[in-house]
Amino acid sequence: MGLTGLFLCTFLVVHMIGNLQLFKNDQGLAFNLYAVLMTTNPFIKTVSYLLYLSIIGHAVQGIYLVFKNKQSRPVQYAVYDGKASSTWASRNMGLLGTILLVFVAVHLSDFWFEYKFGHVPYATYATNLENGDVKFMPAPPDYKQFNKLEETTMSTPEGQFKITIVKNLYLEVSEGFKSPWLVIFYLLSMCAVSFHLYHGFQSAFKSFGINHPKINGIVNFIGTWIFAIGIPAGFAAMPLYFFFK
Amino acid sequence: MSEQNINVTLKVWRQRNSQSKGGFETYPLNDVSTDMSFLEMFDVLNEKLIQEGKDPVAFDHDCREGICGMCSMFINGRPHGPKQAVTTCQLHMRSFKNGETIVVEPWRAKPFPVIKDLVVDRSAFDRIISAGGFISVNTGNAQDANAIPIAKDNADESFAAAACIGCGACVAACKNASAMLFVSAKVSQLALLPQGQPERKQRVMDMVAQMDNEGFGACTNTGACSAECPKEISLTNIARMNRDFLAAEMTAK
Ligand code: HEM
Ligand code: SF4
Ligand code: FES
Repeated sequence: MGLTGLFLCTFLVVHMIGNLQLFKNDQGLAFNLYAVLMTTNPFIKTVSYLLYLSIIGHAVQGIYLVFKNKQSRPVQYAVYDGKASSTWASRNMGLLGTILLVFVAVHLSDFWFEYKFGHVPYATYATNLENGDVKFMPAPPDYKQFNKLEETTMSTPEGQFKITIVKNLYLEVSEGFKSPWLVIFYLLSMCAVSFHLYHGFQSAFKSFGINHPKINGIVNFIGTWIFAIGIPAGFAAMPLYFFFK
Repeated sequence: MSEQNINVTLKVWRQRNSQSKGGFETYPLNDVSTDMSFLEMFDVLNEKLIQEGKDPVAFDHDCREGICGMCSMFINGRPHGPKQAVTTCQLHMRSFKNGETIVVEPWRAKPFPVIKDLVVDRSAFDRIISAGGFISVNTGNAQDANAIPIAKDNADESFAAAACIGCGACVAACKNASAMLFVSAKVSQLALLPQGQPERKQRVMDMVAQMDNEGFGACTNTGACSAECPKEISLTNIARMNRDFLAAEMTAK
């Protein structure tokens, strides 16, 4: 549980940093190149299979844990004052995790599945090699190429240009987040991430036997400020950015 | 604090035996002195019930001074009631308001079956202790008490863990009915001392195995156990047991 949970946490950091490129004002060039790297680099592909397995393993073990622990108290209390002794997040990890599982399914079918198997249109970018200006031209809707990425350099009277033709996932993202329902769903899911990791991150260390005043300070700090606040806030900013753009 | 008398309404779990279903009975109780302990208040209730020719409420108690761990009562949603670091016998009626309704239930956990009313069978704890909560000593003359040097920090931590009275409040409070705080206290008190080293690995594996066999839930670090423990046993004991357990599992033959 802790092993897969912390692995998923490290993934969130990488995913966050990569996705920050959505905020670049380059019509999506950097983000689309990043998407190519993530889906072609053999090392990243290997890690991503490990990631899929971890999510499944984590969810299966988590749900099993919730059900098994329920069996340890067949007769419930009539009155149970949980908040007197523990945080809400710690008592609702199963619920929060289930929300996350639904989120992961929707999220993957929206972007990952579309990118790999759906119809993502291509985009052409012309980067002026002298001043770095990027010009964007959509490719025709039925345009297809064998490689995910084609790059050439071109000399014109206006100067040297680098031409990049790539699948325009950026468009999918920016169009997708025009829907208020999707934005609300993402925001709620990020709240679930926040609470799940507020308890989960520090809990994983305790499960490994690490609970010492010297270390708890930094673990709790990272768990709260990075994983419960920074990461969910950063991810939540993405749908909001495109919705209000 | 000056003595007062209050009126309370008790909603008490009544259950004839472990097979029967059980349910709540409501008992109004007037003129309860705020200086009474919670158990003394139950004594008054029981006298009243006996005078009325009814069956008194069965509840466990022994020392009535917070050291035996018998007085298991789940009061208004919390083990041993609203106060921190006290047992039910050390809880006083001044912790309640005049006119308050007080709900009293037995510990609820599969390994703690109800015997009658508020009395549960906690012998699962005894079986966990028998599985490994001991050290081997040679018979004959006891050796000099100071012959084995022990670091002060370890002695203190061991002593703090040994303060566990086996009351079961940790299990009662935990949403998973996990016994990790109890078992980890019993593992730690020996793991921290030189005398506990020979059986250290076997002990943690055997006691954890027995804990799981009894049907206690798995720990998810909610921390409710330590917050409700009358002896304030620290969560660091659970981490120590996890550490010892992982190490033992990886190196066991
Ligand atoms: C973004 C993805 C996720 C991350 C980063 C994550 C992280 C974590 C971490 C670090 C823990 C603590 C492990 C421990 O205490 O040893 C945990 C626990 C848990 N996770 Fe997740 N998780 C994620 C997704 C999910 C999903 C999809 C489920 C599906 C049902 C789930 C269900 C659970 C459950 C039930 C626990 C319970 C353990 C407890 O109560 O402490 N998680 N998670
Ligand atoms: S750890 Fe605390 S709550 Fe649990 S049995 Fe020991 S004294 Fe009672
Ligand atoms: S009766 Fe002994 S601890 Fe309460």
